[in-house]
Amino acid sequence: MNIVLGILFAIISIGILGALLGALLSFASEKLKVEEDERVKNLEAILPQYNCGACGYSGCSGYADAVINGGEEINKCTPGGESLLVSISALLGVEATNKERMVAQVHCRGGQETSKDQYNYDGIKDCNAKYQLYSGDKLCKFGCLGDGSCINVCPVNAISYDEDNLVWVDKDKCVGCEKCVDICPTNVMKMIPYTADYIVACSSQEKGKDVKNKCSVGCIACSICVRKFPEAGFVVDKNLSSVDYTIKSDRTAVSEACPVKCIIHPYKEK
Amino acid sequence: MKLKSFPKGGIHPPHRKNRVYSSDDLNASLPKIAVIPLSQHIGAPAKCVVNVGDIVKEDDLLGEATGFVSSNIHASVPGEVIEIKDQFLPSGRVSKAVVIETKGEFSRLGKDLDKYTWEDLSNAELIQIVKDAGIVGMGGATFPTHVKLTLPDNVKLKHLIINAAECEPYLTSDHVLMLECSNEITEGLKILKKILDPEYIQVGMEINKEDAGDKLTESFKLANLDASVVFLKNKYPQGAEKNLVRAIIGKEIPSGKLPISVGVINLNISTVYAIYEAVVLHRPLVERFITIGGGAVKNPGVYRVRIGTSARALIEECGGFNEEPVKVIFGGPMMGFTVFDLDVPVTKGTSGIIALTAKEVKSANTTNCLKCGRCIDGCPMGLVPSRLYKLIDHHQLDEAIKSGLNDCVECGSCAYNCPAHLFLVQKFRAGKSIERRSKGAK
Repeated sequence: MNIVLGILFAIISIGILGALLGALLSFASEKLKVEEDERVKNLEAILPQYNCGACGYSGCSGYADAVINGGEEINKCTPGGESLLVSISALLGVEATNKERMVAQVHCRGGQETSKDQYNYDGIKDCNAKYQLYSGDKLCKFGCLGDGSCINVCPVNAISYDEDNLVWVDKDKCVGCEKCVDICPTNVMKMIPYTADYIVACSSQEKGKDVKNKCSVGCIACSICVRKFPEAGFVVDKNLSSVDYTIKSDRTAVSEACPVKCIIHPYKEK
Repeated sequence: MKLKSFPKGGIHPPHRKNRVYSSDDLNASLPKIAVIPLSQHIGAPAKCVVNVGDIVKEDDLLGEATGFVSSNIHASVPGEVIEIKDQFLPSGRVSKAVVIETKGEFSRLGKDLDKYTWEDLSNAELIQIVKDAGIVGMGGATFPTHVKLTLPDNVKLKHLIINAAECEPYLTSDHVLMLECSNEITEGLKILKKILDPEYIQVGMEINKEDAGDKLTESFKLANLDASVVFLKNKYPQGAEKNLVRAIIGKEIPSGKLPISVGVINLNISTVYAIYEAVVLHRPLVERFITIGGGAVKNPGVYRVRIGTSARALIEECGGFNEEPVKVIFGGPMMGFTVFDLDVPVTKGTSGIIALTAKEVKSANTTNCLKCGRCIDGCPMGLVPSRLYKLIDHHQLDEAIKSGLNDCVECGSCAYNCPAHLFLVQKFRAGKSIERRSKGAK
């Protein structure tokens, strides 16, 4: 009998306590409610959630807050691209000018066979660590070190080793956050427009003769691309050719004329 | 006698200090071709003041300091400038270097040099002499000494600490310097006493150099100099600046601060000797004591070497290699830099050239972190190396900085202890370099 009473008492007392605390909580939730901005929540929901930081804020929620409350422009999210811009405009009723979609690409094709080594590197697989030792193990001090620090840092796995075992960016996967550009010690990772048809896949600023001694696919600044194809928008500066992407032109002939074949597509032909 | 030491961390690597030298024949042969880099110091590289084809005399100025934190570079041999080229330095950087083909007469070699009196000179004049002579910290950091000697206004120096710990295995050059030149060092300390006016002058050294310490003490007594020798435990890294100060005066230098914040100036013993040469003999910094050692060298020894001599020439002088070395290191084996090319020249900061055999290197494969914590036991700065490693690996640099990445002195105690053979120090250096770069970008 005593046991039954005991159980009953426990059930009732805990029940009453629970009801009281519950009432207190529901009262508190009404009284102490934090007004959450619906607009921030809605905007955050349509952002890509990579939290890559390309916008300059700490993740997507930070950016959403900055847009709504800080008056930040709505075209800062590179991963979202044009489609996101359209949806943000629809959501907020703001007009925005689109930025051109930029993607990263490695401007170097010097691999084991093409680019000579200076010494045997025997340390951690990390470009920045390797760069501390005589600016990398390659004879060419401007080239890709090939240890894949950019591969590790990429939030969307857009970078990988291609069939030649060289670092390569898949431009369709690239969201343009520039993390790889920041981590690369030799600055071979550069941003180009998504629509770019050709890149000069070399970053060496050395004289042609020196480049030739060190690498068989390096730009030797022969200026054929500039002299023979003045309309194609090539510029040679500091012994290195580069493309002016504001000039729209067919550059296929230039690519074929390049003696070291370092003017290539920034994408793989299917 | 209870020996002083820093309180936490530290390791006991095998000493392998095989001190061989002959006091009659200390000077190494002069290089046929001297390659003298224009950036042998921390700070702005010197500006070249000679041209190809110029004939230079011994001790002539080759590079002029550009700015306050910079240093003069002098010709270590007389001869003709045959080339000005890019040269890899032992520290991994590239610098312009003046190449001199030795010929002509030596004005000072083998002659008894006049001794100049310095007692009447003012402090500013003495510091100017140190600056003109291109003296930098010769322990390896190569920070221009005249900057250190220029005290901020109304700061009273309490301790002048001379670093003679030489805690790295193999190296014995400071030891030999103290045995051979104790009177000159005493004179150098007198000069420093006049410039800095410290309350105490203390020379810190590991107990394995007791004979040199006794010799110095004797010399101090003879010269009536109020200075003392402090013996320290044989423990690596006793010679790291912060550890040495902690061991001798018992005060810790706060994170990110210079020794002067606790009233200390710290100089290497070789630097003191260089100051003596500059002030008393009017001789710029063109040569230094170097240990040539390691199992792969036939006859290891300590020599007085001209700056710009290549490692190849020095090793040939020591009888060449017994066997093919696996690694040739400039500096000590713990903190030195491996070079891939024996033509790298000796610079002002080179304390030794060590050629190691495969047996000595004991290379092993890296495995994953075992979380055993031995790196924490080893760290003299009280950091958590395994955590720093992980943070850098995961690109969380901000967090790594907060956890004290910049306090790391890269002594290598953690990597020495690591049973997984992780390249801890290399990772930290990579992390620091990324941080420096991103700071520079901002």
